[in-house]
Amino acid sequence: MDTPENYISADEIASRIPDGALIGVPKEDGGVAMEVTRALIRRGARNLRLLTVPVSSMQADILIGAGCVSEIETSGVSMGEFGYAPCFRRAVQDGAIAMRDATCPALYAELQASEKGSPFQPLRGIIGSDVLAHRADWKVIDNPFAEGGGDPIVLLPAVRPDVALFHARYGDRHGNVWVGPKRECVLLAHASASTFVTVEEIWDGNLMEDDRMLAGTIPPVYVDAVAHAKRGAWPLSLANCYGRDCEHLRDYVKAAKSPEGFADYLKQHVHAEQAVA
Amino acid sequence: MGYTGEYAGEYTREELLICAIARMLEGCRNIAVGTASPIPGSAALLMQALTGGTSRASILGSNIHNPFNDGGPELFDRAGQGRVDAFFLGGGQIDGEANINLVSTGPYPEPDTRFPGSFGSAYLYFSVPRVILFREEHSRRVFVDKVDFISAPGWSPPGVHRPGGPHALITSLCIFLYDKEHRRFRLDGLLPGATLEQVRDNTGFDFDCPDDVGPVAPPEPDWIALIHSRIAEEISETYPEFARNRLDWQG
Repeated sequence: MDTPENYISADEIASRIPDGALIGVPKEDGGVAMEVTRALIRRGARNLRLLTVPVSSMQADILIGAGCVSEIETSGVSMGEFGYAPCFRRAVQDGAIAMRDATCPALYAELQASEKGSPFQPLRGIIGSDVLAHRADWKVIDNPFAEGGGDPIVLLPAVRPDVALFHARYGDRHGNVWVGPKRECVLLAHASASTFVTVEEIWDGNLMEDDRMLAGTIPPVYVDAVAHAKRGAWPLSLANCYGRDCEHLRDYVKAAKSPEGFADYLKQHVHAEQAVA
Repeated sequence: MGYTGEYAGEYTREELLICAIARMLEGCRNIAVGTASPIPGSAALLMQALTGGTSRASILGSNIHNPFNDGGPELFDRAGQGRVDAFFLGGGQIDGEANINLVSTGPYPEPDTRFPGSFGSAYLYFSVPRVILFREEHSRRVFVDKVDFISAPGWSPPGVHRPGGPHALITSLCIFLYDKEHRRFRLDGLLPGATLEQVRDNTGFDFDCPDDVGPVAPPEPDWIALIHSRIAEEISETYPEFARNRLDWQG
């Protein structure tokens, strides 16, 4: 299938994400738009505020290392089996980015509140943690339904990202994108002011007219623009399509351990035109 | 691997740890495994295999060994309902009251050493009845008197809704069980080659110790065979490096 005429490029998506935007991005196995991530670095994006849903790996690390990020709300940034996230660690230790530590279901709850148009969402747990102690925007009230009073519970405020950004398996020429079981991407699209998606493959037909695809499809009422990016999650994985490029990720972690090595990596894999898988 | 002692050469540390964890999962119907947890993941898959699927393992990051299809929030929603029986947490620091720190050492938010972050701990430690703490590095750097940052507290005061909490702590030297009433760890068994003195020297918190601490039971031979075949193959989907380097998986 040819790329539909109404699609834009990954670089155009990057140019439509303004400096200072609050960007919601999924975790590594949710479909990470790495091609756009590299395009954001190429265009010199600044002061991005990252909201990882609920964690991130190389995407957050490379954006932080490239100086694109001023603030991050996350439950964790790690390179998983390949070790700690070098740029993230360096930036937090140096105080170069503002840190908003969270816990996974609290980030989902913030988006679920936004999705419902509610001011907040309650969530169990968290009480007594330093995560809560450092979040002035998270409140504790007594459960108003508890018999006899008491029963403290945390309230998470609605968070509405300016931009949701992710990579999906299919897109069609009608503007639909298919994320399958990656419901965190559906949640992100529902909760955000705008949504940009790169897709791996073009679906021949209308995803909304196929019962087998319908439930995993995000319709264009939520999607602002789509780009066709083959291997658009590389070097990360895309579920049931391709795995992580382990060798590349190992090399990345090694390089990113020093600012010089990281700069070399960018030169070689980001700035040298489009990175090729 | 690499330890010496009376069991040296008969089996590996990985085999012992996987089997020791699996025994703790007996009777659990729903076992969830989070990020960066290849050994707990192998133990959960082993229990699933041994029970013919009565114990169900869900491995975060796996497309195959994850019986859920409703995205990231589903695990937490199930845990909130009490439908997750066991989970695993680690910690850059863990203290004697089972508080865990996955965030950083030193001052916050500009720390001495930054770890990845709290992940789901601040929620799952409250909601999952049997949380097994697993941290291989047994040192005073990890096992401290008091954590620098509480990602999730080991206990909660009366009045805070808390059906879940710590059950045990497994390290490369020993197994502790957690005494919820006294908020203390109690030494339950030593790994091959480890001594009580060594545990004391490398633990920065006080713990209870019975007079007769024995060795952790050796792994069952038929479990070992399973670990290096079916379990290695299953875990290699999510943790290829671990399967190759530590379970000798050639697949």
